[in-house]
Amino acid sequence: MKHESCKILIIGAGPGGYVCAIRAGQLGLDTIVVEEARAGGTCLNIGCIPSKALIHAAEEFHVAAHLAAGNDLGITTTAPAIDLRQTVAWKDGIVKRLTGGVGTLLKKARVRSIAGRAQIVDGKTVDVETADGPLRITTENLVIATGSHPQTIPALPFGGDILSSTEALSLDAVPARLAVVGGGYIGLEIGTAMAKLGAQVTVVEAAGRILPQYDAELTRPVMQRLEALGVTVLCNARAEGFETGHLVVATDDGPQKIAADKVLVTVGRAPVTQGFGLEDLGLTMTGRHLDVDDRCRTSMHGVYAIGDVTGDPMLAHRAMAQGTLVAEAVAGYRTNWDKRAIPAVCFTDPEIVTVGLLPEETPDSAVAMFPFAGNGRAMTLGRDDGFVRVVYDADTELVLGIQAVGAGVSELAGEFALALEMAATLTDIADTVHAHPTLGETVQEVAMKGLGRALHI
Amino acid sequence: MGVSNIRVPDVGEGVAEVELVEWHVKPGDTVKEDDVLAAVMTDKATVEIPSLYTGTIVSLGAEIGETVAVGATLVTIEHGGEGGDVTAEIEVEPEQDTPAETAKPATASKPVPNPAVAAPASGSARAPRAEGVAPLASPAVRARARNAGIDLRQVAGSGPAGRITQGDLDAVFAAGPGGASTGGGKRQGSEDIRIIGLRRKIADRMALANSRIPHITVIEEIDVTALEDLRATMNQTRGDKPKLTMLPFVSATLCRALLTHPEMNAHFDDDAGVVTRHNPVHIGVATMTEGGLVVPVLRHAEALGPFATASEIARLAEAARTGKAKRDELSGSTITITSLGPLGALATTPIINHPEVAILGINKMAVRPMWDGQQFVPRKMMNISASFDHRVIDGWDAASFVALVKRLLENPAMIFMEVEA
Ligand SMILES: Cc1cc2nc3c(=O)[nH]c(=O)nc-3n(C[C@H](O)[C@H](O)[C@H](O)COP(=O)(O)OP(=O)(O)OC[C@H]3O[C@@H](n4cnc5c(N)ncnc54)[C@H](O)[C@@H]3O)c2cc1C
Repeated sequence: MKHESCKILIIGAGPGGYVCAIRAGQLGLDTIVVEEARAGGTCLNIGCIPSKALIHAAEEFHVAAHLAAGNDLGITTTAPAIDLRQTVAWKDGIVKRLTGGVGTLLKKARVRSIAGRAQIVDGKTVDVETADGPLRITTENLVIATGSHPQTIPALPFGGDILSSTEALSLDAVPARLAVVGGGYIGLEIGTAMAKLGAQVTVVEAAGRILPQYDAELTRPVMQRLEALGVTVLCNARAEGFETGHLVVATDDGPQKIAADKVLVTVGRAPVTQGFGLEDLGLTMTGRHLDVDDRCRTSMHGVYAIGDVTGDPMLAHRAMAQGTLVAEAVAGYRTNWDKRAIPAVCFTDPEIVTVGLLPEETPDSAVAMFPFAGNGRAMTLGRDDGFVRVVYDADTELVLGIQAVGAGVSELAGEFALALEMAATLTDIADTVHAHPTLGETVQEVAMKGLGRALHI
Repeated sequence: MGVSNIRVPDVGEGVAEVELVEWHVKPGDTVKEDDVLAAVMTDKATVEIPSLYTGTIVSLGAEIGETVAVGATLVTIEHGGEGGDVTAEIEVEPEQDTPAETAKPATASKPVPNPAVAAPASGSARAPRAEGVAPLASPAVRARARNAGIDLRQVAGSGPAGRITQGDLDAVFAAGPGGASTGGGKRQGSEDIRIIGLRRKIADRMALANSRIPHITVIEEIDVTALEDLRATMNQTRGDKPKLTMLPFVSATLCRALLTHPEMNAHFDDDAGVVTRHNPVHIGVATMTEGGLVVPVLRHAEALGPFATASEIARLAEAARTGKAKRDELSGSTITITSLGPLGALATTPIINHPEVAILGINKMAVRPMWDGQQFVPRKMMNISASFDHRVIDGWDAASFVALVKRLLENPAMIFMEVEA
């Protein structure tokens, strides 16, 4: 068997793994990354990027259809048509450019990328079945960055007309009737896109409302929009099985049949911790996730874990931040996870951004809200639904959380996160000049409102 | 809620300014009405200035030792009432003119504290915020504290909402490590300290250097009386140039000696079996910091005069101490000087800064009786301890290099002469 050795070996080249590898390479560590599928992981290949491509295409189509149906803007056009096969090809082109880019960046950082499935032998040894035969790698530090895969439910095994997000992002035609099981962000993002492309969409959610991790105030504008798009939302409902053409659902009022050509199951994602020898290391777990400390160290010396395998929030940017941290820790830097905020964005329509604490998580604090209805830019974009909300300590004005729901608010996530990370107060934000006319002005206004001096309301 | 400036009161007798001698508060402190804020000194007495409000100190108007005009802002305080400017009221009896009688004993008996130590958050051991409350600071402040091994939970924040600013950190650096309490009685227990970060790096480097490099150390005593005279003269006439320590002279001596011994200014890549001799002299200057030993690099020492060397060393040491040194200021040395300053011992066994091949340690200077052939005379003596990589430097060369360094240091004019030494 061929043999290689290195200072740091990373299993998985998703956003956690590839960022860790690039940073390790920059720091001069002898680095190897092993990936069995394609560089970029879930995020670039079947997650964030393809879903946002589809959402964008659906929005363009929807706007065209909307314009064709008559509008106040004085634009005339005819009803659009979509060739989803071509849309998917366009999306694949973006994915290819990005994954190729990751490969180049890894090379530039002098990381050795090895294609193949990693099988852990022990905490310092990993075997890989490569195209050129088996390879054994010994390493001083091992990083588990194997990510997550879609959670299944026994009643609806993937295959045929039962889709996971992966298949839903590569359909070659828009299904006439689509049932989405799970009203979390992935189901709603894809469900909304499909509705905009003309599908008749029903969302089935077991909890009392969609996006149950947020409060009802934040999700209300999304609910209203879903209604306007003709999406049926069925809460307190449990999917029980699929018979061709029908999804069977248990509700409080008894079983119900929902007409559906395809069923998209998005009931969460499960960490990839089995089937490649990780079990044998006997690492400490928290539930089904790997337990890590504030330096992403697992319970075994020299073994780290980052990204979705380490639990919530399962987000690409958290995986990246952890990847950087581990590379620097291995390089001998004094470093630890001391972030105050991880932003979370829901690319529904309208979009939701949350950073820091929600009002219900800190009942003693004060809350201020500013609606997009008071923002000129929102009006010129034809979308003045939604609001920005700030949660703050009434005594010190310290900002504890910022949330927004509105069209295009995902781009405000950076400002929100910066405010929290810098420990900004309401005055810091209120006294920062925001450009006019932008949606961001609402952030300044909401801070001024908290200080009792909002101007445009 | 209002914010007020409390101003320096008129202490009577036509006194127009006072010297601030002591702070009783720092930003972030809460005070009650009538609590003492500060002590000021007129030319006759020390006077305590009380607070007019119950509230929180926002900022201080002056530093210890500064002269403050009557009417100037002493502190800014946030309190329950209406904001505005007020002047403190004090009870002084200007008629009594013996300082001992007017001075309040508590302040008069205390020495005037060093302003740096009296700065906010002077490394106090008690946490300035409740247990479990995370300190507030921007990522840059957090990174700087982390790199210097400072626990932000122990640092008071003077910024809005108690945010810790770069200035608060500066104060911690200026105050130096907090004094540990020494109580009587038997002590119990132990503490495990993980060797991480910079300490870990030092440990690794030392182990590497010591395990791979067979050291030979040569110790020599040097009569630096003439050099000290020269240094004193240069310092006397230096004007506003930085004060010269021994280091710039040692640096210049090394540069001079390396002209004859280029083999000492080199790196040894033992894997490749190649010694690389360097033309520029980049001197690593081993420096103690809070987090441990770091070695900032004095680049192109061969091109710097003594004063330029002194100010560059001061700049580098400060950057290293406050965790602000850049990466390239901490790497790329070709030979290293190490000094324990006034703690410098009689002799040391310096460990070579891998992959260099030589290191020069300076020991403590002391006046010792020396035999001049007829009698004992007091001379300023300083030992040097130099280590060499014995794989590539022979004992003979090591000894002759040290002998040359001795000759130069004992005859300082030769350091700066163009002729062959
Ligand atoms: C539809 C969808 C939309 C999403 N949208 C967003 C979004 O908008 N924003 C956001 O932040 N996050 C989003 N996410 C989540 C995001 O994709 C993940 O949080 C992120 O990819 C996690 O990164 P990771 O590096 O931990 O793992 P992954 O990206 O899952 O990468 C793990 C990699 O490890 C490889 N691997 C696993 N086991 C082995 C082995 N034994 N040997 C070799 N290789 C192995 C896998 O092939 C994979 O490439 C979305 C996810 C989905 C599914």
